[in-house]
Amino acid sequence: MTSDKANAAAYWKANVRLITWSLIIWALVSYGCAMLLRPMLAGISVGGTDLGFWFAQQGSIITFIGLIFHYAWKMNKLDKEFGVEE
Amino acid sequence: MSQFAINMLFVGASFALYIGIAIWARAGSTKEFYIAGGGVHPITNGMATAADWMSAASFISMAGLIAAGGYANSTYLMGWTGGYVLLAMLLAPYLRKFGKFTVPDFIGDRFYSRGARLTAVICLVIISVTYVIGQMAGAGVAFSRFLEVSNSTGIWIAAAVVFAYAVFGGMKGITYTQVAQYVVLIIAYTIPAIFISLQLTGNPIPPLGLFGDHAESGLPLLQKLDEVVRELGFAAYTADVDNKLNMVLFTLSLMIGTAGLPHVIIRFFTVPKVADARWSAGWTLIFIALLYLTAPAVASMARLNLVTTIYPQGAEAPALAYEERPEWVKTWETTGLIKWEDKNSDGRIQMYNDAAPAFTETAQARGWNGNELTVNNDILVLANPEIANLPGWVVGLIAAGAIAAALSTAAGLLLAISSAISHDLIKTLINPKISEKNEMRAARISMAAAILLATYLGLNPPGFAAQVVALAFGIAAATLFPVLMMGIFSKRMNDKGAICGMVAGLVVTLLYIFTYLGWFFIPGTNSLPNTPDQWFMGISPASFGSVGALINFAVAYGVSSVTAAPPQEIQDLVESVRTPKGAGGALNH
Repeated sequence: MTSDKANAAAYWKANVRLITWSLIIWALVSYGCAMLLRPMLAGISVGGTDLGFWFAQQGSIITFIGLIFHYAWKMNKLDKEFGVEE
Repeated sequence: MSQFAINMLFVGASFALYIGIAIWARAGSTKEFYIAGGGVHPITNGMATAADWMSAASFISMAGLIAAGGYANSTYLMGWTGGYVLLAMLLAPYLRKFGKFTVPDFIGDRFYSRGARLTAVICLVIISVTYVIGQMAGAGVAFSRFLEVSNSTGIWIAAAVVFAYAVFGGMKGITYTQVAQYVVLIIAYTIPAIFISLQLTGNPIPPLGLFGDHAESGLPLLQKLDEVVRELGFAAYTADVDNKLNMVLFTLSLMIGTAGLPHVIIRFFTVPKVADARWSAGWTLIFIALLYLTAPAVASMARLNLVTTIYPQGAEAPALAYEERPEWVKTWETTGLIKWEDKNSDGRIQMYNDAAPAFTETAQARGWNGNELTVNNDILVLANPEIANLPGWVVGLIAAGAIAAALSTAAGLLLAISSAISHDLIKTLINPKISEKNEMRAARISMAAAILLATYLGLNPPGFAAQVVALAFGIAAATLFPVLMMGIFSKRMNDKGAICGMVAGLVVTLLYIFTYLGWFFIPGTNSLPNTPDQWFMGISPASFGSVGALINFAVAYGVSSVTAAPPQEIQDLVESVRTPKGAGGALNH
């Protein structure tokens, strides 16, 4: 029972760590590159405009998709590792 | 065949398909009615969720908003997709593990409180009812433009079709019609975009064309667009915005609001396993991205098309003569969504930014006497095939697509409302002994009542239709999302904390919105003018949902830390929600 509890706690901790990293990237591409850091990235040109504009209209969405699939794949591995899969 | 006949054919065929699916997918039990039996494949659910989520606003209005606002309105693109990251990681898998039927179900059980459940039902109904008004109105616009019926006839037809598959099929019928509706709407949206991208940039993939070169001038498309709009006194399309705080908070409100929308959350209850809920969120975003990556391309290309149509030889040369205007301008003039007024009586159409003081001198030198053309943002997508001179069947497709987008979202919202009423209000709070058969009947009756209410509101739209959508996102962000998240991520969060948090978030957000938009949206009753210099720290009312969410979190933590911890069985419930093991069994309650 205790080991079960410790196992569940460790699984949850690993999940929260993965979520934290994912959300840092989530915030970095949208609130960072596409908005607050846009003036700093103005020098990098992409198709007639700057990198910040690309992140605002394309880059963020593509990154979001990557983040969710990475999370789903990684969590499936964690589920098996900790023996909590269905 | 006339255009009207083609439109009738496309819309009629799509309706026959939806009704056929409804007959095939009749719900036989409450489990089928509420969550489609819980056996929907993650990719199927992804497609259905994409249609559920992409409303008349996404299909009809969004590209027009981006075309008008350029970079500044990228907030919609990021806000309405970034919410799925939150949903996939913070809510969907755990709520699926919990394994019940509705969003208030989780809030009521997790916070062991009838008051919390009732508060959640009230928030859900406010959010979903305000949202559904826009769908009925959107369907009405599409019907009246393409099928030559009056707006109200259009709304009645839409209500009858939704009635046929939602009342009988429940979530099961809705799921499979949404899959069909997704296919219809995505084809309708992308085909005209591909042709326009080919015409302007030579690239058949619109998102690549957006960052490609303009075929005629050889310049990058966005650089060309920046040039032509600046010549007319407008801000550059890619220009940066000054008020970044408001931009951040608005995007955050849309993201948190999206993740907190009940009709989207319940779609993730229909997949068999926790792992499926995670994958399904990814698939949903892929299906949404097909439209959301196309929309900014449509926006910039349509804006460029419009300017070059009005000024065929550039802004310095004489503008297009009114007599020579293209056919699509004439069609849309009859709807009143394009208006022309010859202010300088030269018989030509001048379109420029007459509100920019720096441009007044140039305009006067050119003999212009004010902007003469107003184009409603909403026609951009609907008129796209005509602007690009595409064949009649593409126009028919757009008609079916716009109606599919409105109906699929309306059905999802109506199910969220009816399940909250029959399951949470009637079964759990009023009459727990109700039989399965009677609960089904109650669900169908509440669905029918919700459709009638939505139809009534669609026919008599409150004057504030645009504002209420901001209200729906603001309330979802400030109430449901924070309590759902804390219910999963904080074992210590108790009933009092959750209720105080929800009420605080709701009240503060409503007060802020009412202060600028009028008390209960009654025009003229606003306490402060709704202008950026009057906003608190430059935060617009539509951006305030994220502030409401922060207040909700803060109040909930404060109150729960000074009151008793939740009982042991609730802490065990949180533990069980956090691990996927055993989700299949949890369903059979």
